[in-house]
Amino acid sequence: MKILGLIAVILTGGLLLSAVHDFPDWGDTTSPANSYRLSQYYITETIHVTAVPNMVTAVLADFRGYDTMFETVVIFTAGIAIIGVLRRYGPGPKLAAPKETISKEKPDLIITTTCRLLIPIIQIFALYVIAHGHHSPGGGFQGGVIFGASFILLAVAKDLQTAQKWVPEKRVLKLAVIGILIYAGFGLVAMLFGSNFLDYSVLHPLMPATDSIMARSHSMLGVEIGVAFTVTAIMFSIYSNLASGGDLKEGL
Amino acid sequence: MLESLSPSFNYWIYVIIMMIGLYAMISKNNFVKKLIGMSIFQTAIILFYVSISVKEGSTIPILYHDQIHPEHGEHHEDGQGDHHQALDTLAKEHHDSHADHGDAAAGSHYPDLVIKPDDFSNPLPHVLMLTAIVVGVSTLGVGLAITQKLYGEFGSIEESEILDTIKSSND
Repeated sequence: MKILGLIAVILTGGLLLSAVHDFPDWGDTTSPANSYRLSQYYITETIHVTAVPNMVTAVLADFRGYDTMFETVVIFTAGIAIIGVLRRYGPGPKLAAPKETISKEKPDLIITTTCRLLIPIIQIFALYVIAHGHHSPGGGFQGGVIFGASFILLAVAKDLQTAQKWVPEKRVLKLAVIGILIYAGFGLVAMLFGSNFLDYSVLHPLMPATDSIMARSHSMLGVEIGVAFTVTAIMFSIYSNLASGGDLKEGL
Repeated sequence: MLESLSPSFNYWIYVIIMMIGLYAMISKNNFVKKLIGMSIFQTAIILFYVSISVKEGSTIPILYHDQIHPEHGEHHEDGQGDHHQALDTLAKEHHDSHADHGDAAAGSHYPDLVIKPDDFSNPLPHVLMLTAIVVGVSTLGVGLAITQKLYGEFGSIEESEILDTIKSSND
């Protein structure tokens, strides 16, 4: 099996490498991907049509809004699938416990103090990354992952029960659904205003904005907040289900 | 240094990393190692796309503050001031020609701002890879969950041992 695998890998790698000289050079500004007018339009016109300096966020949340919406649904579906595969209620076939368990004593003073100091800072940084995502590197996915990591840190440093007090399973699922509903809600409200799904420019009567361009900028922030809700919730859900083997009682 | 070896070294690197991941997925017996191989494979794809978006002498696709609000940049050094003036005159020239066909820029908040496409790397591959990372996390999570379930069911995460158990229970 290993020899067969190696042969297949070498063959595939050889085929891919033989095609390398047909690819554009490193940093080539005239390569098809870089000279095509779509990406040039994104670079030159984003600031004019959306007033958002971060082109990646603008393309992600506005021009390719459908893609990102269903990306959020992918995350949500993954979280639901993990719950469906692993979640157990009541006693069930217990996974073999590791032979050496970490002592059940109270967590160390250094760890608890560090957590108390670090977690608020991590969460504020996550909120900054979400809220400033259309002006600097960041956005809903990144900020959501950082926010989820703060709860995971709590679960690792103390125990899963402490973290579950902050984000119990019901709240996790509600947050995840609310995130997707926020995103889809922006699209539906745009339809109510008589435009296409996820066409934010018609939302300016609802926004503290002066015109349709700033409405797109503000809607991107709203959409990113929705993404962040879902990602935060599902990140913690994935961790807590995997770490406890599905009963959400005892973590690592 | 790598650049002098080959003008397309990024493709060599992505092929090598991808083949490491593919080999791990094919020939490793342990499901967790297979999943690690899948993650390495996905990383290679991300590297491929991001390296395509690179342009010689470009920067990240985020406009910097001074570029959007040139009037705030007046207290800077002389050289940069000259640069801004040059940018402004260039912007005005371009704007005149732009107004003829620019229905997209109608009502723009920054009508004098002109961005050259070659100054910024291509944002589209970055966006595609942002979503690819999300898919990678999702597949890894689901894969780990299924692996954990298999361990609870068969007491092993080795592919051959699980196949043996299934075979002996069928006989």
